[in-house]
Amino acid sequence: MEIKNKQEFEEKVLNSNKKVLVDFYADWCGPCKMLAPILEGLKNDYEIYKVNVDNLQELAIKYAVMTIPTLIVFENGEIKEKTVGFKNENQIKDLMD
Amino acid sequence: MYDIVILGAGTAGMTAAIYASRAGYKVLLLEKEMYGGQIVNTEVVENYPGFQQISGFDYANNLYNQVKNLNVDFEFQDVKSLDELKKYNPKTIILALGARHKKHEKIKDLNGVSYCATCDGPLYKDKTVAVIGGGNTALIDAIFLSKYAKKVYLIHRRDKFKAEQKYIESLNNVEIILNTNVIDCIGNEKIEKLILDNNQEIEVDGVFVAIGITPNTEIVKDILKLDNNGYIIAGEDCKTNIENIFVAGDCRTKEIRQLVTASSDGAIAALNAIKYMEEKNGNKK
Repeated sequence: MEIKNKQEFEEKVLNSNKKVLVDFYADWCGPCKMLAPILEGLKNDYEIYKVNVDNLQELAIKYAVMTIPTLIVFENGEIKEKTVGFKNENQIKDLMD
Repeated sequence: MYDIVILGAGTAGMTAAIYASRAGYKVLLLEKEMYGGQIVNTEVVENYPGFQQISGFDYANNLYNQVKNLNVDFEFQDVKSLDELKKYNPKTIILALGARHKKHEKIKDLNGVSYCATCDGPLYKDKTVAVIGGGNTALIDAIFLSKYAKKVYLIHRRDKFKAEQKYIESLNNVEIILNTNVIDCIGNEKIEKLILDNNQEIEVDGVFVAIGITPNTEIVKDILKLDNNGYIIAGEDCKTNIENIFVAGDCRTKEIRQLVTASSDGAIAALNAIKYMEEKNGNKK
């Protein structure tokens, strides 16, 4: 689930022909840690990736991530939805369905 | 059918769930956002007895796991009115609705406006930020942000801070602006500038608002007695003006809102709810 670099982000997220959910998170963020097991549980149902904003600052800046967790839904390389803060399982399903 | 429905899975609500469940009562715990409550956003807790140091996340997660290991039904549900609880036919209700950060009336919800420095602060590495407020939270935020940002302003409307002395003494590398109100904020998608009533304009990348909390009590404002600030009026016994509704934690009128007083409330509310059921309905489980 972890995106390691810009190139991988491009391949897996922007060039995907499916709906993709990206979780912009950091290790120091409590709500991000709350969200992690929920995304883990949904990873077989949806295309989900994680971007650590400390390691990939460039992407965080590009997508104007000012608060975390930020969840962005991409489709055909474009932003479909963007939400901030913790979301429960049903709310994430709503974003993706 | 439930003996106790608890609204809110913060420290107060989860503690109430533990006490009620361990006493053998059927408990439903409902949460609208994230279990754990406000403490999840606290980097380190150092004043909870029995823990020298624990992160807010670890504390909340431990508490949640403790609840999950008991016979408590937990659901995410955004309850808008107590009428919605009728389907559960609860004998008693415990309101542990918590509180949220107060919004600043002049600050629009732009990108770059935050109510949680420990959540978002590190994203402002080498940037310029302003903190608005003068209590402990505002000063802790300013001190925390000064570790990351290249410039931190601390704007307070009064001539001195309400915060504890130890925080005031730790304000290094922070530009303090007292006796000043923010009267406008400029920016399209992203916040760019704050306009102050001392004719100063400051350019910022981020603004952290820390002007206090407000209780999440809108759903009971027509049913229960609230004080002028919206807190549910109840004493240390956690009893409201309705005999089978109890209140616990930050949404109750009280002097001191801390983790330990929230858990204390949770225990008291649960035990008084149980006492009520035993007395009123002869409800021996």
